[in-house]
Amino acid sequence: MKNFRITPSLAVILVLVILVAIAALRYDGFLGVYNVQSVLRYNSMFALVALGMCFVIMTGGIDLSVGSVAAMCSVVSALLSSYGLFHGLAGGIAAGILAGLINGVLITKLNILPFIATLATMLAASGTGLLLAGNQSVSVSYDTYFTNLGQGDLLSFMRPEWVDADEVGFLGSILGFILSFPTPAWIAILAYIIGGVVINHTSFGRHVLAVGGGTEASRLMGLPVNRTIFFVYVISGALAGLAGVILASQFGAGQPIEGIGWELFAIASVVVGGTLLSGGKGSVAGTLAGALLLGVIFTILNFENGMGWISLSAYWQSVIRGLFLLVVVILQSRLTSKDPADSLKAST
Amino acid sequence: MNAIDKSFGSVTALSAAHLEIMPAEVMALVGQNGAGKSTMIKILNGAFRLDRGSIQFDGKPWAAGSPQQAQRAGVSTIFQEINLIAYRTVAENIYLGRELKRFAGLLDWEKMNQGARALLARFSIELDVTKPLGDFSTAIQQMVAIARAVSFDAKLVIMDEPTSSLDEAEVAVLLNTVRQLKSEGVAVVFVSHKLDELYAVCDRVTVMRDGRTVAVSKMADMSKLQLVAAMLGRDLADVRASGATAFGEGEKAIGEELLIAKSVAVGRRVSDASFDVRKGEIVGLAGLLGSGRTETARAIFAADPKSKGEVRFDGKATNFKSPADAIAAGLGYCSEDRKVQGIIPDMSVADNLTLALLPTLTKMGMIDEAQQRKIVLRFIKDVGIKCSGPGQKIRELSGGNQQKVLLARWLCMDPKLLILDEPTRGIDVGAKGEIQSLIQQFADKGLGVLMISSELEEIVEGADRVFVLRDGQVVAELEHSEISEQAVMRAMAHGASKDTEFIEVQHG
Amino acid sequence: MVDYSPLLRRYGVFLAVVLLILFNLAVTPHFATMQTLSVNLTQVCTIVIVGVGMTLVIATGGIDLSVGALMAIAGAMSPMFFTGELFPVPNIYLGIALGIVFPIIIASFFGLFNGWLINRFSIQPIIATLVLFIAGRGIAQVSTNGDLQVFKVPEFQAIAIGRVLGVPFQVWIMVVVVIIAAFVLRRTVFGRQVLAVGGNEEAARLSGVPVKRVKLIVYAVSGFCSGIAGLIVIAMNSAADANLIGLGMELDAIAAVAVGGTLLTGGRATILGTLLGALIIQLVRYTLLANGVPDAAALVVKAGLIILAVWLQRQEHA
Repeated sequence: MKNFRITPSLAVILVLVILVAIAALRYDGFLGVYNVQSVLRYNSMFALVALGMCFVIMTGGIDLSVGSVAAMCSVVSALLSSYGLFHGLAGGIAAGILAGLINGVLITKLNILPFIATLATMLAASGTGLLLAGNQSVSVSYDTYFTNLGQGDLLSFMRPEWVDADEVGFLGSILGFILSFPTPAWIAILAYIIGGVVINHTSFGRHVLAVGGGTEASRLMGLPVNRTIFFVYVISGALAGLAGVILASQFGAGQPIEGIGWELFAIASVVVGGTLLSGGKGSVAGTLAGALLLGVIFTILNFENGMGWISLSAYWQSVIRGLFLLVVVILQSRLTSKDPADSLKAST
Repeated sequence: MNAIDKSFGSVTALSAAHLEIMPAEVMALVGQNGAGKSTMIKILNGAFRLDRGSIQFDGKPWAAGSPQQAQRAGVSTIFQEINLIAYRTVAENIYLGRELKRFAGLLDWEKMNQGARALLARFSIELDVTKPLGDFSTAIQQMVAIARAVSFDAKLVIMDEPTSSLDEAEVAVLLNTVRQLKSEGVAVVFVSHKLDELYAVCDRVTVMRDGRTVAVSKMADMSKLQLVAAMLGRDLADVRASGATAFGEGEKAIGEELLIAKSVAVGRRVSDASFDVRKGEIVGLAGLLGSGRTETARAIFAADPKSKGEVRFDGKATNFKSPADAIAAGLGYCSEDRKVQGIIPDMSVADNLTLALLPTLTKMGMIDEAQQRKIVLRFIKDVGIKCSGPGQKIRELSGGNQQKVLLARWLCMDPKLLILDEPTRGIDVGAKGEIQSLIQQFADKGLGVLMISSELEEIVEGADRVFVLRDGQVVAELEHSEISEQAVMRAMAHGASKDTEFIEVQHG
Repeated sequence: MVDYSPLLRRYGVFLAVVLLILFNLAVTPHFATMQTLSVNLTQVCTIVIVGVGMTLVIATGGIDLSVGALMAIAGAMSPMFFTGELFPVPNIYLGIALGIVFPIIIASFFGLFNGWLINRFSIQPIIATLVLFIAGRGIAQVSTNGDLQVFKVPEFQAIAIGRVLGVPFQVWIMVVVVIIAAFVLRRTVFGRQVLAVGGNEEAARLSGVPVKRVKLIVYAVSGFCSGIAGLIVIAMNSAADANLIGLGMELDAIAAVAVGGTLLTGGRATILGTLLGALIIQLVRYTLLANGVPDAAALVVKAGLIILAVWLQRQEHA
């Protein structure tokens, strides 16, 4: 590879790997089934929301509504869960898509700034969620397979007993590790694979980046700018809906007041993952790494407390996340100041 | 295009305009700002819809609903600013909007990269098409834009001021490309303000004024003077008599040294600029695009940091840290780009005019509005700003009047030195003359002026002395009688710059 | 036909407030009472105070997401001074003075930090202030260990619930903040410079406007306003809960600014508009609640209001 260079996204992935490796060596059971499952199960929702946000930010937009849309969709899917897994899933995603459609219309048809348009849908979605739920959490139905979605472990039935033995070897433990992933993690992995292919190998994906790199130029090049922008918000809504479904399924209830601050967490993941907030340049894989990195900090904090050397309350995690974001953003500002786009501006 | 009408609200942009282009013909489309060229182009390429009239293309009625449709049907447009995506690769920029695909709608990167390479080879350009476009020079980016347009199997390519950000060698390359398009049977509409280019490459010319087509002629049948006269809508004698600019002639007593710049360097763009300005003198700073004129001016004004060199101002060595320091010392700087660096669109004429002066117009932090109004009214009158009153928003004014407000912003500070970067660019002829005589008038009262201009006549007629920059170095100083278009051009062109060599070698 | 639209745009916000009041007078029982006035005003006080800072920030083309977190920091810190938790206070009034001054100074400093990040690293304001949005509440929680601090100090609580001329003291604070800010924005050089920076930053810089200093100050002011609001919240509740103080305030404040008619892209701002914007949002909510519509539905209506306000703004600017 002659063009190989360490991109910001690659750097984040490296940091994540190193951090996990250190944690695995330092703490017993960090990569054990129980911990991996709980970390992945919980963070898969954030990862899904962050993926949608990544698409939106690549076009130079922002979607503040994802958190409350996820909360609203968790209520919708909980209400539908008694009809079965499919109904709950489809209903939740459909509600998310509806929110995305509204965002898309506000932004592309009424020309309202994404920031403010999605702020409004955020309020509307949380109001709708509360109305549907009657101001309390809505229990899901346990008669259907609905809860398997969030609580199950999709491939664990394939997991042979012997991988838990002591002398299983490297490959064996990797296999055991992967097969123990919870269902939400598989959903997130699938979503990210599709997302990666869409960005890198479809016209739509290239248009997303082109629109973010120069909206007016894209328009003059004849790209379907409005349609592209419209669709990223629909995608973001759909993924927030999916996250909402998992939320309901995982906690056994639709949670109308969950999701506060998810949008900012998602933005942080995307930015930490090396995507330019101004759009035009970014990475799906980096976003996943960013989301996991921010998520894993909490776990590491717990384990560190367990070691007994220090005692930091859970509240430190937001301080640490904030510091993380700070460092990344400062590094990013250094990088972008040497960016080709700037030299283009300077030369014209 | 026949009898085209187009209005925006109550403003009529085009009325009964027409344009006719033959296959394999290069048609010049000229006119002043606001003549309707851009509207015409945008109707042709589908960005705007026409209100009345008809368009025929290739014998069939033409109705492009969007630039994309127009492109598909064989009409491609290249705009003045490079409208490509700097972050994306060269190949992507060429194929955006009609990507090549393999099975299942997935992109065929290999084929696109190959195609891009082959296409650029037609224009004798060889480069790594997988690198971001932003890594390359402006000229290369412009060529990529043209290659993209051509690759649509265009029958008609519209070029809207394609040469405005190219230096002369690059312009030559571009004109060659135009000739090649013509030889391949492609028709070209060529919009430019540079007359020499038009005569070099165009077959015919369509002149527009006030939304109408006022003349259509073979290029060779129309002299430059006739062309200018048609654009301005004046009698030939009138144009000749008034001279091209409104600068006064003759010499005057020059005061003492005001600004001395010694070996100023700015990043990679300016390596060694030395010059001086005396009181009451208009000093021209000439040079080709990219020679470092604007960068030098900005460094003097401390808008950008200078990397080396000394600046003495008003007898003292200075080291301004910010424009605010420079302003406090008695400098003013009218930037090249009014919209981006000059006006504050949502603010009133009064606030724009007094923006720099405001801190001195206060009583205990409060603005002395009576005082402000008095000053603003005086300058509106003195400078001749046409506006409904001090409270009108500046964005509602014409370009020329905006520029006058910006000039007044500095003049009201009573500065010692005013740096003017392209003071008359994009301004209609009437206002241009007024601004030029205004500059002269204030220089006569003792103001030192450092003027950057791309218009040779403005430099030659306006400046008392001229410094010529080439490749970031001052290569000549011309005084009074030495100043002539030839002398300035000779200095600009003296020796070939590295960039020119590069392009020339490639085109062998 | 006469074109009323410019008038409508100019006085639309004001008109909406008047219409809402008239509607309530006609429909809502017991509307024209001092009680109703007090309730509605105290509900908007903190939003307006934070909104004033936000208006200045938005006028420069920025945004401040950290206001809620800064409220939490100020609110969580204040009781430590007057309850004598940090050090014994000889005099309750001294404690209260410290408990008011220090938290506000600290919140202002965090605001300065936001401005510094934005200036020093050219980070977009939305991201720069996201840092403190995330970390700020954490700081408040860590410093109180997340515990609820209940106190009973009437002398301190007077800043929220004490009455002067029958009007709650916090309303007076709000009025003073609004008047000062409106005056600064309209009549001082600094006000013009704020608008100039938001209208065209580069042009402002080239005209000698101290762009960085202006930005630094507006973010500090935003922190300052957040600090005041944080204190009012804890004084009202006679308890400080770092988890809840100012939660979601950034959105309420931005909504008030948007509905009030300040241009969200910067360059044009109205402090009075922000006050009216907050009043409209509150009055709509009150009207709905008083007439039996659930609170959640009011959220949806609020969303509609924001969209309407911004859409009207766009129409004008197009």
